Amino acid sequence: MSHAAKRRIGTAFRYTFLSAVSLLSIFPLYWMAVASTNRTVDILRGTLIPGTEFLNNLRFLLEGQNITGAMRNSFVNAASTTLAALVICSLAGYGFEVYHTKNNDRMKIVLLTAMMIPFATTMIPLFRMFAQMGLLNATLAVILPSISTPFLIMLFRQSTRSFPHDIIEAARLDGLNEISIFFRMFIPTMRPTYAAAMTITFMGAWNNFLWPRVIIMNNEMMTMPMLVANLTAGYVTNYGVLMLAVLLSTIPTVIVFFLLQKSFAEGITGAVKG
Amino acid sequence: MNLYKRRNLTGWAFLLPAALMICWMSFWPMAQSFMLSFQTGTGARMRYAEPLNLNYGRIFNDRVFIQALQNNFYYLLIQVPIMLILALILATMLNNKNLKFRGLFRTAIFLPCATSLVSYSMIFRTLFAFNGFINTALVRVGILDAPYNFLTNAPSARIVIIIALIWRWTGYNMVFYLAGLQNIDGNVYEAAKIDGAGPVRLFTRITVPLLRPIILLTVIMSTNGTLQLFDESFNLTSGGPANGTITMSHYLYNVSFVHSANFGYASAISFVIMSMVAVLALIQMKVGDKR
Repeated sequence: MSHAAKRRIGTAFRYTFLSAVSLLSIFPLYWMAVASTNRTVDILRGTLIPGTEFLNNLRFLLEGQNITGAMRNSFVNAASTTLAALVICSLAGYGFEVYHTKNNDRMKIVLLTAMMIPFATTMIPLFRMFAQMGLLNATLAVILPSISTPFLIMLFRQSTRSFPHDIIEAARLDGLNEISIFFRMFIPTMRPTYAAAMTITFMGAWNNFLWPRVIIMNNEMMTMPMLVANLTAGYVTNYGVLMLAVLLSTIPTVIVFFLLQKSFAEGITGAVKG
Repeated sequence: MNLYKRRNLTGWAFLLPAALMICWMSFWPMAQSFMLSFQTGTGARMRYAEPLNLNYGRIFNDRVFIQALQNNFYYLLIQVPIMLILALILATMLNNKNLKFRGLFRTAIFLPCATSLVSYSMIFRTLFAFNGFINTALVRVGILDAPYNFLTNAPSARIVIIIALIWRWTGYNMVFYLAGLQNIDGNVYEAAKIDGAGPVRLFTRITVPLLRPIILLTVIMSTNGTLQLFDESFNLTSGGPANGTITMSHYLYNVSFVHSANFGYASAISFVIMSMVAVLALIQMKVGDKR
């Protein structure tokens, strides 16, 4: 076979493979969106075309479930976790790299150890502790365990390596104190890293299921993943309604993903390079 | 106070909030969990067990736990290699600058990561239900004569979980590889091509060795994640049929919050999970660091 023919087959294979994988990746999401506009009967018949039941399914959710409350709770949890985590972890990652180059390796071991602790190990004592503090069902109890994560600290530490130290020296000579160097020089320069961290944290917090399920017992404080999980509890599942709830709980993370996609890739690249 | 000392103190101030939070939310609970793992009783009434290792002794005679352990390792050994190799191949293909629709492919493959674990579990549960889309389609095309109950047969239910996991996480790992590939100098590939290396050779001799640190990172992350699986077992199969797909974390949840509040036994289980995570990570770091 000639070289050119070989190459052509290679290219054809590559496009076919990538298209097939892309289709398989999108199909379940497309199917979910279509199902949210259909009745259970039609979904079970295997329909792949959008139907007309969207509003009925929505009404069913609004009347039968605390969906607005769950959306609001999920949003409050995810937004406050993200804000707190970004500030606390980037302060630490920056402090690590700028001031403590000597202790770096020792701290790295501590962080890696913390990263190895499964949530299953800390869950029960955390539950007992928050119960004692009277914080069951409280937003604070939902967010506190996930605002200081070794992974984010490492991400910020790695990215800080690409932050030019000359800027810090120059700012010091200009009389800026250390904390304003961080807020006025570091944060604006490291936008891609913050975007990556924000995407990861927001999605993680929005999608978190196990811990909210343990710490939240009343319907008022229920989050979206909890609501979705509860929809199959009955004897007969209304698939259209279930898929609409799935769709609604997916929209916010998809929006965050599309808004920050580009900087997300940049941020990860910066971190991986260091 | 001299300048050096002041800088040093400032540095600690930067670290303080994060360090306090990690101690309060990770290390302290871990220590408590360790103490709890030697105690028996339910809920708030706990006392030290006689003998002290009562809970640990019970674990390895516990059929459900052994089943859960096997399930976790089954997922780990089958799903993680398939997913990571697929992610590497996809990343290599997408790293080609002349490829058309690159952004489109990348977005499509990464999109599953935007769905929550509960959501995608529900999607796959519905797709693979007895009267679900997959069965309808397979019967219509003629591959199956009658619908097959994927989720009530343990072997097929485990495979559904594996398919779901691959669907959800391949794109995520691909992004890490893509990031790593962008840092590899293109000239290395050009030089190898001039020397007559084909695509397979380029992949095994250049891509894989140069991406080694990132591959190691993804292996550790995936192992860690797989040993802690919960949402899929809980929502996709409810651990069934007859604990055939249950994971260790799911069993731990049942022990502490569903059957009875047996926090001592649950803590012992959690320490078994943790030692496995730690041992596997250490082995992987040792193997992966060789150059």
